[in-house]
Parts: sequence; structure tokens; C-alpha cells
Amino acid sequence: MHITDILVTGEPIIYGAMVSMALGGLAILFVLTYFKKWGWLWREWLTSVDHKKIGVMYILSALLMLFRGGVDAMMMRVQLAFPDLGFLNSQHYNEIFTTHGTIMIIFMAMPFLIGLMNIIVPLQIGARDFAFPYLNALSFWSFFFGMALFNISFVIGGSPDAGWTSYTPLSGAAMSPGPGQNFYLMGLQLSGIGTLATGINLMVTILKMRAPGMKLFHMPIFTWSTLVTCFIIVFAFPILTVALALLTIDRIFGSQFFTLTGEGLPMMWANLFWMWGHPEVYIVILPAFGIFSEVISTFAKKRLFGYNVMVWSMIVIALLSFLVWVHHFFTMGAGAFVNSVFSVSTMLIAVPTGVKIFNWLATLYKSKIEFTVPMLWSLAFIPSFILGGVTGVMLGMAAADYQFHNSYFLIAHFHYVLIAGTVFACFAGLVFWYPKMFGHKMNERLGRWAFWLFFFGFHVCFFPQYFLGLDGMPRRLFITNVAEWLPLNVISTVGAAGMALGFVVFVYNVYYSFRYSERETTGDSWNGNGRTLEWATTTPVPYYNFATVPYVDEIDPYVRMKEEGKTTFEEDKVKPIHMPSYTGQPFIFMALLGLASFGLIFEWMYLAVFGLIGGVVMMIRRSFDYDDGYYVSVEEIKETEKKARGL
Amino acid sequence: MAAEELKTGPLEYRTQEGQMGIMGFWIFLGAEVVLFATLFATYAVLFGRTADAPLPSELFEPGIVLIMTFLLLTSSFTCGLAIHEMRRGSVKGLIFWMAITLALGLGFLGFEIYEFVHYAHEGATLQSSAFWSAFFVLAGTHGLHVTLGIGWAILLLIQIKQRGLTNVTSRKFFIISLYWHFLDVIWIFIFTSVYLIGMVI
Repeated sequence: MHITDILVTGEPIIYGAMVSMALGGLAILFVLTYFKKWGWLWREWLTSVDHKKIGVMYILSALLMLFRGGVDAMMMRVQLAFPDLGFLNSQHYNEIFTTHGTIMIIFMAMPFLIGLMNIIVPLQIGARDFAFPYLNALSFWSFFFGMALFNISFVIGGSPDAGWTSYTPLSGAAMSPGPGQNFYLMGLQLSGIGTLATGINLMVTILKMRAPGMKLFHMPIFTWSTLVTCFIIVFAFPILTVALALLTIDRIFGSQFFTLTGEGLPMMWANLFWMWGHPEVYIVILPAFGIFSEVISTFAKKRLFGYNVMVWSMIVIALLSFLVWVHHFFTMGAGAFVNSVFSVSTMLIAVPTGVKIFNWLATLYKSKIEFTVPMLWSLAFIPSFILGGVTGVMLGMAAADYQFHNSYFLIAHFHYVLIAGTVFACFAGLVFWYPKMFGHKMNERLGRWAFWLFFFGFHVCFFPQYFLGLDGMPRRLFITNVAEWLPLNVISTVGAAGMALGFVVFVYNVYYSFRYSERETTGDSWNGNGRTLEWATTTPVPYYNFATVPYVDEIDPYVRMKEEGKTTFEEDKVKPIHMPSYTGQPFIFMALLGLASFGLIFEWMYLAVFGLIGGVVMMIRRSFDYDDGYYVSVEEIKETEKKARGL
Repeated sequence: MAAEELKTGPLEYRTQEGQMGIMGFWIFLGAEVVLFATLFATYAVLFGRTADAPLPSELFEPGIVLIMTFLLLTSSFTCGLAIHEMRRGSVKGLIFWMAITLALGLGFLGFEIYEFVHYAHEGATLQSSAFWSAFFVLAGTHGLHVTLGIGWAILLLIQIKQRGLTNVTSRKFFIISLYWHFLDVIWIFIFTSVYLIGMVI
């Protein structure tokens, strides 16, 4: 096979992307070599099992993917505002909306939130690391190589183009031959391994490694949201695993699950996909709720109103999330009775969600609010998310859904919940916990600029889309030169540019703050308003997190600790701390599975078998690995803590 | 990561690492239940969609499937005996009963491969229809799990030879016993809802 057979050719935009990717790659290689950083990269990051470093790598990758998905979005918006420009052809447009959706959900929203969980959850419960640090590194690298596979598709082999839902029979071998859809299947499959492993890992961490005295109902609300999310991950992701595997077997080995021949059932894919897909949207929204709860209670300087109800409403949402999947295809023709059942269960979700909204409002009620940047994101979330929620109930009415289905009304709805919910939360959480991760805050003035640009841009972009939908504009439409749709499309594109600008300012702020922000001297970065244990650690957090783990028997334990002058360093109680060793195995293991997946994508079976055997060898190595970690000595702990605390 | 070690109770539960490993595996088995449930649901939905391929009632025979069931159920019993020996502190007993478990598992696999080849000769393959795709993937996933379990157990047998009974090795054996019993449970569902129903309808 010749190289031109697998490289995507004939598209000026893609040539441009190839050149910029090559230049970017070369620049990174050059910088690493010039500053002699290869050893540092390997020793400090690629082999790391430290939950804080893995979390940082997750968030960096997620920001990169937010950029990639955002570029896709901007290209779509340009096409829709200037349909006569001939900017994209229909095939390229199909590829771009497919990768935009998939990347934003799987490779942006989830890793961003999982990154925050990685860093914050162990700190909130007083743990030294995850229950299974090796597995945590494995999870990250499986996500990373899955992401890399999915992203190289547009220069090698061609992007998937059947939508992020990849509905059969369109995505089957008969109608989508070639490697494009295989990239989708294998990229998601590989990263799905990591997500499931993270779900199990965090669940055990939270259930088994809490500080002494900390009952489940003493846990910070973000940790609670993580626990509930992990429950959803463990019970939803295997469904995706099976669905992807069945479609892969269909495409590569010729089985007949979703085909039009051999009595296959294409509609079964929609069912399987959404039995995972609907819980999935709660996987990305519940942690967001957790972040907002933390931020709101911190800057309202009050205990979260209705803590118990907040927890129970999350549990109810998690259970209901498994019972609503049919509302994604009311128009498929399941019949009035089935549609009614799912319509009612869908609307039921609004009840616990509404309870949460009122609890946030009640937390804010009569409090002295401090308008920091994370608080701005959180306050903007409440009204924006309600707009998305209310239109969600409208979509949930099966009879009315026949009108809204697959229109821009739906597009506007889910961007209102996913951006105002998840993306705002990612920004709020990142800014909020930024000092814990990097030892300095993000600049407030630039942060406000980023917030207001993004916030206005978001509403200008998506509010008109509700009306475009009501005017009958379908989603995934490449030609929009219908005169009455054009003005709203132009407005929407202007809004999208505003969001892009906001993102640029946000990223610039990372650089600016790195250069100019004041370094943190205390661990309690937000004017001493911290309420939970992560603020009790010093900044930067020592790699063992807690010199001594405090006894916890209430919600927001750090408030009382501060009153009583207690810290996480009680000198006479320090004992040697057991820590896991760094290892390069997870990286190599997942690189080999990435190679196997790449082989399967192009149906080069020798490469696939080679990669799989490599993976098995790595598993055998792991089985014989009796590395027991090491102990941090009492002297080292005391020295580190005294230096960090200025004692 | 508490390094403290309990002085009583089963070896595998004495350290926090051991307890966490076992709990993590239970949660993993929960995920496996969902995985197989999805495959069973797929099979149920595609039941009867045989297209031009033979019907299951023409191919499924009670004899061979009964032998397979007998082998696998017995292996679950011997696996339980192996863990019983482990709890008594007998490495020899553990290895003996585990080896028998694996032999029975290999026997099961042999019959399953024979069965699949036989069906293929009769014109029922992965490609021939939606029903047969679902059948081969459901039963095949179970068979793949058994294969992996056998390979895994062999690695553990080498380790117990090298290291004897420790907190770590006994945890590993306890976990693989959970896995083995789980595969047995899945097989009971395959036996009843795939083979028994397939024979009569």
C-alpha cells in the first residue's frame, strides 16, 4: 500500500492542518531536545502515578481538545453564515460535525471533569492517592491514545462522517466503507477502557480511603457527585463497550447485528447507543453540579443549603438516567405507549434537578457573595442552565417532539445544558482549584474578560438557534441558503466568534498568570474561605498530600479546623508514609493497544495481532510485578512541611 | 495506603490493599454483569432472525451442552475447594484443586470449540444471520473469558510456587475464584436461556 492511499489528499484546509500539525510537532520535539527535557518528561510525567500530575495531564489534553472541537465548530458556523462561499464541501462538513460532537463529549468534557476529580477528590477525603495508582495511569494513557487515534483520522485515512451517534445502517460497512468509522469505533473503545477503570478506581478510593471519622454524609459535595458519577460509569460504559464491539465485528468480520441483510436490526444500535448515551450526559453534568455547589458555598461563605437533599437528588437523577433513553428517538416509531412511558420518566428528571436549582438559590439567599471569577461562572450557570432544562422538558413531550426532533431547537437545547452546565463548570472548577494545582491564581481581570466574552458569545450563538429550529432548520444541514434562516445564522456565528475569543483570552491567561501572578504562600487560597480538606493542604501540595490526616466528623471540616488552629501537620503524629513507585508500564501497555487498534482500523491484521500480543505480554509482566512502593521517611515529611508552612 | 496489617482473619483481607483490590474486583464484576446483560438482551432481540441459515432447534443438541455444563459447574466446585484449602494454609491443596479446575475448564473449552466448528459446517456462522451473530458473540465472549481465566490462573500458579501463601498471592487467588464463579453463573444463564429455549422453539 502506498502512502498516498492512506493520507487524506485534495483538501486545502486539511493540507493546512497537516502542515501546522507537522510544524507544531517539530517545535515540541525541538524544544524538548534543545532544553534537554526528554528525561524530565519521561521521569516526571509519562511514568507518573501521582493523581495530581495525571489530573494535570487530563486537563491539558482536554483544553487541547476544546481547541480542536472549537475549530470544528467555527468552521461549521462559517459555512452556515456564508453558505455561498463554498468554504466546506458536504463530505468535509459531515466529517466536521461528527468529530466536533465526539471530541467535545468523549475527549473534552469527560477528561476535563475526570482531571478535576483526579486532583481534587483524594484531597477532599484526606487520601494519599487513588486506591489503584497504577490503574489510574493506565486509564489516562488509554484515554490519551484513544484521543490520539481519533484525532489523526482527518489526515490519515479520513474522518468518521456518520455523526457522533454513528447510527446504523449509515455507519455500517455497506454505506461507510473504509477506515473512517473504524477510527470512531476504536478510538472510543480504547478510551472507554480507561473511563471504566477510572470509575472503579474512584469508587473504591471514595468508599475505602476516607479520612478517619468521615462518614459518607460528611463528604464534600464534589466527592459525592464523583461517587454517583462513578456508579453511572460502571453501569453504563459496558453497554457502549458492547455496542462498539458489535459494530466493529459487523464492519470488520462481517456479522449481521445492524445490517440490512441477514435480518439485522439497525435500530438496535440507536437503543444500545442511547442506553449508554443518556447516562453519559449525566456523567458529564453531575460532576459539574458538584463543582458549582462547592464554588457557590465557598463564595456565599455558607454551608451548602440542603446538603442531604442535594445528595439524594443526585442519586435519584443517576437512577432515572437509565430509564429515559428512548426519548432520543421518539420518532423511530416505538408506539404511543412506549413513548408515553419514556416521556413521563424524562420529565421526572426535572424534579430532582429543580430541587438542586432551588438549593443553590437558597445557599445564595441573604449571603455576602464574593464575585470572583469561579463564582461568576457559577452564577451565570443557573439562569442559562434553566433555559436549557426547560427546553429539555419541551423536547421530552413525545407528541411535541415530532416537531422539534433533529431540528436546531434540539441543538440549542443540548448546547444550553452542556455548555452552560459542563463547560462553565470546567472553567469554574479550573479557576477555583488552579492555585492548588499550580501554586498561583489565574489573573482576575483577564478571567473576567474571558468570562464575559464567553458568556455573551454563548447566548448570542445559541439563543437564535431555538428560533432557527422552530423555523424548521434541521441539524447537520450543509446547505442553508434559505433566505429566512440566514440572519439568525449570521448572528449565531458572531456569538460563536465571541466564545472563541473568550477561549483565547482564557488560554492567554494561563500564560499571563504563569508569568506574573503572585505565588501562593498559604494553602487556603481564596481569602481564607476554604471549607473542605483540599484547602487544608499546603500549596503546592506535597506529593504525599497529607502529613497527618485529620479526624473528620462533620461537613466542611476545614472551617472548624481553622477556628481551632488545627492543620494537616501534627508533628508528633507523623508516621512514615507508604507511596507507590512510578512506572512506565501503563504508557507502554496502552501504546501497544493503540497500535493494535490502529491495525484493526485499517484491517491490517498482522499489526493488530502484534499489538494485542504486546498488550498480553504487558499484562503478564504486571502480574509478576511485586513492586511494593516505598516509604517516605518522617524526617523528610517534617522538613517538607516546615518549609511549606514557614515554621 | 495504610501499611498496617491485621493479625487475624483471612490473609487476603488483612491489608487495606487486599480489601481494596477485592472490592474493586466486585465492582468490576458489576460492570461485567452489565456487559453480559447487554449481550443477552441483544441475543433476545435478534432471536429468530436466522435468515437463510439453519434454525437453532435444528442444531442445538442436549448431549454436548450437558457435558459442558457438567464440566463447568464441577470446575466451580473444585475452585471452591481450592480456596478452602488456601484458607487452611495448604499450598499443595490449593495447587491440586486449582489444577483440576483448569483441566475441567480446558475440557469445557475443547467442547465449545468442537461445537462451534460443527455449527459452522452445518452452515451457521458469525456471518450467516443476525441470530447466529448474536449467538456466537454471546457464547464466544463467555468462552473468551474462560480462556483468559485459564491463562491468568496459570500465571498465579507459577507465583504461588515462587512465593508461597502471602497477603498478595492469596488475594490474587481469591479474586480469580470470584471471577471463575462469575463465569459459572453466566454459563447457567447461557445454558437455560440460549440452549434450552433454543432447543424447543
